[in-house]
Amino acid sequence: MIIDYEILKLVWWVLVGVLLLGFAIMDGHDMGVGTLLPFVGKTDTERRVVINTVGPHWDGNQVWFITGGGAIFAAWPLVYATAFSGFYIAMLAVLWALFFRPVGFDYRSKIANPLWRASWDWGLFVGGAVPALIFGVAFGNLLQGVPFYFEPDLRSVYTGSFLGLLNPFALLAGVVSLSMLTFHGANYLMIRTEGDIYARSRRASLIFGALMLAAFAGAGLWVAAGIDGYVITSAVDPAALPNPLAKTVAAAPGAWLANYAKYPAAMAVPALGFVGGLLGLAFAWSNRPTAAFWSSAVAELGVIGTAGVSMFPFIMPSSSDPRSSLTVWDAVSSRRTLEIMFYAALIFTPLIIGYTAWCYRVMSGKVTTRFVEANDRSAY
Amino acid sequence: MITEEVVDLSRLQFAVTALYHFLFVPLTLGLTFLLAIMETVYVMTGKEIYKDMVKFWGKLFGINFALGVTTGITMEFEFGTNWAYYSHYVGDIFGAPLAIEGLMAFFLESTFIGLFFFGWDRLSKRQHLAVTYLTAIGSNLSALWILIANGWMQNPVGAEFSYVTMRMEMTSFYELLFNPAAQAKFVHTVSAGYVTGSLFVLGISSWYLLKGRDVEFAKRSFRIAAAFGLASALSAIVLGDESGYAVTEHQQTKLAAMEGMWKTEAAPAPFTLFAIPDEETRSNRAEIQIPYALGLIATRSVTRQVPGLDELEARAAERIRRGAVAVEALERLRRDGGDGPARALFDANKADLGYGLLLKKYTADVSRATPEMIRQAARDSRPKVAPMFWTFRLMVLLGFSFLLLFGLAFWHSAKNTFQEKRWLLKWALWFIPLPWLASELGWFVAEYGRQPWTIYGVLPTQLSTSTLSAGSLYFSLGGFVLFYTGLLVTELYLMFKYARRGPGSLGTGRYFGEQGAGGPLSAAAVAAPIKSVEGN
Repeated sequence: MIIDYEILKLVWWVLVGVLLLGFAIMDGHDMGVGTLLPFVGKTDTERRVVINTVGPHWDGNQVWFITGGGAIFAAWPLVYATAFSGFYIAMLAVLWALFFRPVGFDYRSKIANPLWRASWDWGLFVGGAVPALIFGVAFGNLLQGVPFYFEPDLRSVYTGSFLGLLNPFALLAGVVSLSMLTFHGANYLMIRTEGDIYARSRRASLIFGALMLAAFAGAGLWVAAGIDGYVITSAVDPAALPNPLAKTVAAAPGAWLANYAKYPAAMAVPALGFVGGLLGLAFAWSNRPTAAFWSSAVAELGVIGTAGVSMFPFIMPSSSDPRSSLTVWDAVSSRRTLEIMFYAALIFTPLIIGYTAWCYRVMSGKVTTRFVEANDRSAY
Repeated sequence: MITEEVVDLSRLQFAVTALYHFLFVPLTLGLTFLLAIMETVYVMTGKEIYKDMVKFWGKLFGINFALGVTTGITMEFEFGTNWAYYSHYVGDIFGAPLAIEGLMAFFLESTFIGLFFFGWDRLSKRQHLAVTYLTAIGSNLSALWILIANGWMQNPVGAEFSYVTMRMEMTSFYELLFNPAAQAKFVHTVSAGYVTGSLFVLGISSWYLLKGRDVEFAKRSFRIAAAFGLASALSAIVLGDESGYAVTEHQQTKLAAMEGMWKTEAAPAPFTLFAIPDEETRSNRAEIQIPYALGLIATRSVTRQVPGLDELEARAAERIRRGAVAVEALERLRRDGGDGPARALFDANKADLGYGLLLKKYTADVSRATPEMIRQAARDSRPKVAPMFWTFRLMVLLGFSFLLLFGLAFWHSAKNTFQEKRWLLKWALWFIPLPWLASELGWFVAEYGRQPWTIYGVLPTQLSTSTLSAGSLYFSLGGFVLFYTGLLVTELYLMFKYARRGPGSLGTGRYFGEQGAGGPLSAAAVAAPIKSVEGN
């Protein structure tokens, strides 16, 4: 036991953010590719080109999502329990949409029937677009507070409905995340393709990059003008044993901007969202796809970071019973578990990034229609 | 209020999704290592036919793997969606191995599997071989961490309850890792996977041999599968026994139920080969017993007793009474953390807290539980006998039948006579589905046998679910059944299609059904073009 509990709690807030960002950069680009598939690929061969740009990588990328879930389970068990059971129908929609990806990628080109292939193409579209949209909707609801409370034995009870999740602000947040991942996927496609597909991807990048910027700005104004944030109104002991019922919380207008007033340097985080988005657009415009891809990655850092920083220390505020709100101080695992998991993340994350980078390097270069035609049996 | 219906539906959904996921896992575990072995032979000998073997069996592997990934995502999220109270109560311990599984194993497997399929032309032979091994190691490490998590559900070591956080917390990561229940389950489960993979290759190869097509390809595949399968079947049985021994130590109710032991017998207890267990009369009809055998197998001694269900239920009733005191003290402590007497009462009885929680099924206020409720709860404290007794026996019988099959296959492949033994080839072909049956039965013995607990002795299944309506559960269960049925039909269609087409599906021009190769080929005809390729 070397590290303070308080520090570990903060570290895990950062680490969950890192995993979410890893998910957005890696799985995000192949979800974006899936979303764009029916539109940037007009013929079967073109669609196979699009699919094969992520063919060797989608599976590894998807593990960012799965590990993100596992890490939230291990580090924030109350968030895992409360959010996943509360957002039950939404989680099922994500899950069932994701079903189309592994089978879509692997099965699509194993049979030549056009209807079979077209069906899986739309399956891959659903598997990319639906989760991307719902993740944003989930964040939109977190920002507004979620109706749930804890019984004395810490059993969580969700009192909202599924349709209640689909409110206007949450849908706008969904547009932010869908357009962000599509923008990122389009930039990736520009790196890996040529000719018509490249031109269509470039157009998609410009459209979705602009849409992301507009929606992100709109959501920011909405938060500033019309959404109550939450504040802890009792004394906070960050090092205390976690018990979410031990505090009092109140909703307050403008509370989600308080962190920026307190730490002006935090303004850099939303700024990164805009700078990354604008640079991404500029690089896509000037045909520099690799720079565009990393710019959209920076935009993702900015956008996800903005949600985290605005709400800090809240993770999942409760709108119906504010004291049940989950924060980085009281939704966490024990000190021992956080510390062990911290070391595990410290060892394995660099390794994962290292061998993933190697795999991308091995498979780098443009995927062409000639390649797909020459490898009809082995390519996706 | 969580109704019985919600609990039952949650259990049913978990069983459906877990059993379904486990249709794909064993083959992945087994085939990755078989692919690694085949590719090792390719790299050592340079013979192109072994590369074709890796590619063809790899294609079938891929069809299976896609669904393994698909259905695995469900498992990672289902604890949170459907077992929220469980996730809160034990996430501090149970979440860690799941997260480490992702970081250490699943990333490895999933990242390199892309290169396994698509890296042939971009990697050197040795690099590709390394990629194949890393995939195999990744998938097996994955099983290790999952079974560490599951082992903790069976035998929750290295943790204690905290009344402040209202959950179990880890006290020793080391104990969690080296939990004997987990280690025994891991080796038994992966061995069962190797048996599945081996029988898959053995059976399909046998079909080619029966049809007289792709003979050289099939013979080589058959030999590798026979050797690997024999070793695997042996270890599945030996290590299964080890797993059973761990059960003796940690889960006496599971052992007594699967052996149909109502009364404690004088040591060493007899092993019941056949019986019709009767819950009403609490006895077996039509018993056939082998004297001393159970005592020897289960305790590995002649003096230690194996307790029967009557005795175990009586012990459980004692623990339920003490546990009720702990539950009541805990509720007082939750209202007022400074309540000294409650604290003392809780500390004195907290070892039985889980047993007290069994009463929650009958009354919200356990301090007012009647003797009848306690008797009921004690009777609930073990699984039903008949399903345990029969699934266990069927699994063991299947295990020995695999050993016999692989023993004969290995014998005839050593003597190089298997090609003529059509009965053996047919046996292997028709046996293909049975390792899956054995694996599913094994899951049932392990997990149904753990009831009424999610965490043995700590958290009753009854309390573990999410606060959901029955309607939500009917919706999700219906959706899963629909999706999973559609996916299974698709998977089987592709699997049969590609298994029928055989290595000809690789498009190398060297195999059955391809242009230039023509109808059924003799061994010599197949060998010739392969040689010419080796010359390149």
